[in-house]
Amino acid sequence: MELLDFARGPALTFALTVFIAGVVFRIASLVFMWRTRDSSVGSSREEPAALAAVKEIARRMWPLPTYRHRSLFQLINGYIFHIGLAIIVFLLLPHILFIKDLVGLSWGHLPNNLVYAVSIVTLISLIAALVMRISNPAQRIISTFDDYFSWLVTFLPVLTGLIATMHLGARYETLLAVHILSVCLLLIYIPFGKIMHFFLVFVTRSQTGAHLSHRGAQQL
Amino acid sequence: MADKNRKHRPQALKTQQTLGDMLAERGVSRRSFLKFAAYTASILALPPTAATAIANGLAAARRQSVIWLSFQECTGCTESITRASSPSIEDLIFDFISLDYHHTLQNASGHLAEAAREQAMEENRGDYLVVVDGSIPLKNDGYSTIAGISNRQMLEETVAHAKAVIAVGSCATFGGIPGANPNPTGAVAISELTDKPVINLSGCPPIPEAMTGTIAYLLSFAGIPELDHLGRPKAFYGEAIHDRCYRRPFYEKGQFAKSFDDEGARQGWCLYEVGCKGPVTYNACATLKWNGGVSFPIQSGHGCLGCSEPGFWDLGGFYKPLSAAKDDALKYAAGAAVVGAAAGAAASMAVRAKRNKLLKAAQAAVSDSGKEEN
Repeated sequence: MELLDFARGPALTFALTVFIAGVVFRIASLVFMWRTRDSSVGSSREEPAALAAVKEIARRMWPLPTYRHRSLFQLINGYIFHIGLAIIVFLLLPHILFIKDLVGLSWGHLPNNLVYAVSIVTLISLIAALVMRISNPAQRIISTFDDYFSWLVTFLPVLTGLIATMHLGARYETLLAVHILSVCLLLIYIPFGKIMHFFLVFVTRSQTGAHLSHRGAQQL
Repeated sequence: MADKNRKHRPQALKTQQTLGDMLAERGVSRRSFLKFAAYTASILALPPTAATAIANGLAAARRQSVIWLSFQECTGCTESITRASSPSIEDLIFDFISLDYHHTLQNASGHLAEAAREQAMEENRGDYLVVVDGSIPLKNDGYSTIAGISNRQMLEETVAHAKAVIAVGSCATFGGIPGANPNPTGAVAISELTDKPVINLSGCPPIPEAMTGTIAYLLSFAGIPELDHLGRPKAFYGEAIHDRCYRRPFYEKGQFAKSFDDEGARQGWCLYEVGCKGPVTYNACATLKWNGGVSFPIQSGHGCLGCSEPGFWDLGGFYKPLSAAKDDALKYAAGAAVVGAAAGAAASMAVRAKRNKLLKAAQAAVSDSGKEEN
């Protein structure tokens, strides 16, 4: 029980503190970042920045026809594990109770058995993503430690959560503690790696959309 | 003083009568006795063949001297073991053992009570059982004394020549409520103060069958049952309550009571959301139940408190779901946000300052080169 106490107590408090400090640090850095004022005259096709941003977010939801055949599996696989992760994190009752205890917000949940099934699909999808990354020479070359470690800290909570649910290999409290500790690792790493896209994905796409619109880049 | 007391000592309950003789005297048929042996074998998770061994072992067992020490405790464990809705063979076994020392149950009091303990230790040296309920305060021996003897001293001298030690209840096994944060008396478990093998029967209180079953095992096999990593008999503490709970299917289906008086509670749905600790609690409540198999806390509508686990009092609240953080995990959130924002702003300002410095240097260089050209 001591390990579970540690995981639910000091480890979680520490991880959340680092997570909050790190995320705010990253966002504050971006807000206060020096930017060159763009004094250039905009393209004749330039749209209002907000509209261009929204269009860019929508456009990047699906690949252009030119690239579709090459990236379709990756895209669909990406959707599978992202949606799977969202279901696991936000629609499993124990997780909702965790969030409710933290910030007081709660919502409806799915049956646990259904979320377990989603977890298995998500695990397979994450493994497929890793295999793709390793087997594709171009992707392998551009992959860094951050890519692999981000994958690992995402994969571990799903795996340990599923093992805890199934009571495999050790007592439940030990498995639960390991699961919580894996979540702590994820929380600590989020601000400092590529998983920060959880907060920034739409910000960066908006910026790109507005910028491209100003430059008059061809919109397909 | 000890010699003076000796004159007043009660007559020792020595007898050559076996348990089999006593049961026969009380009118317990051989058939009933065998049924009890089979039941005991099953709750101890022993193979069916062990029933015969238990029957033979118990029938031939002689009166066992037991010294029951009560330290920092509430007497709930004694209440539990003596609580019986109808006379049973378990009760008879409890009657059969020679309970030579027990504050609540013995007739003798004062120095006579202590004399009974000393006499039992002397006459059954190396062969008596010590049952302990309650924790031992280590911060100050004066926090808990009996007849002027500190708990620690009494434990050490009593277990020195004991055959086996059984710690009964969560106070004796893990420190329990006296050991709860901030543990003002420095309460510790029995196993921390003796090298003797200790059988832990945790729970607040333990299930009576866990106590009588363990004593029956000791009488039958003259050995210690298989224990888990916390020193508890696996037969009673081998499985989580959650795994044996009749409400488990509701957990899997996602049907939870959200309060103790809502529709879910009336439908008997899972109590996870209202703080049930069944998933991390190992005990036989869901199978053996209480009060002669009538019910157990979850069946009565309340979540498991986890009372048979170490530190159950400090697990973050009885009504807090298990998946919630134990403490206020966001207690440093505001500070973290301020530090993060300040650090982010400072980093950006540093980059700006560096950029301005480089720009000025570049401008100066351009200006100098212009002058040279002129």
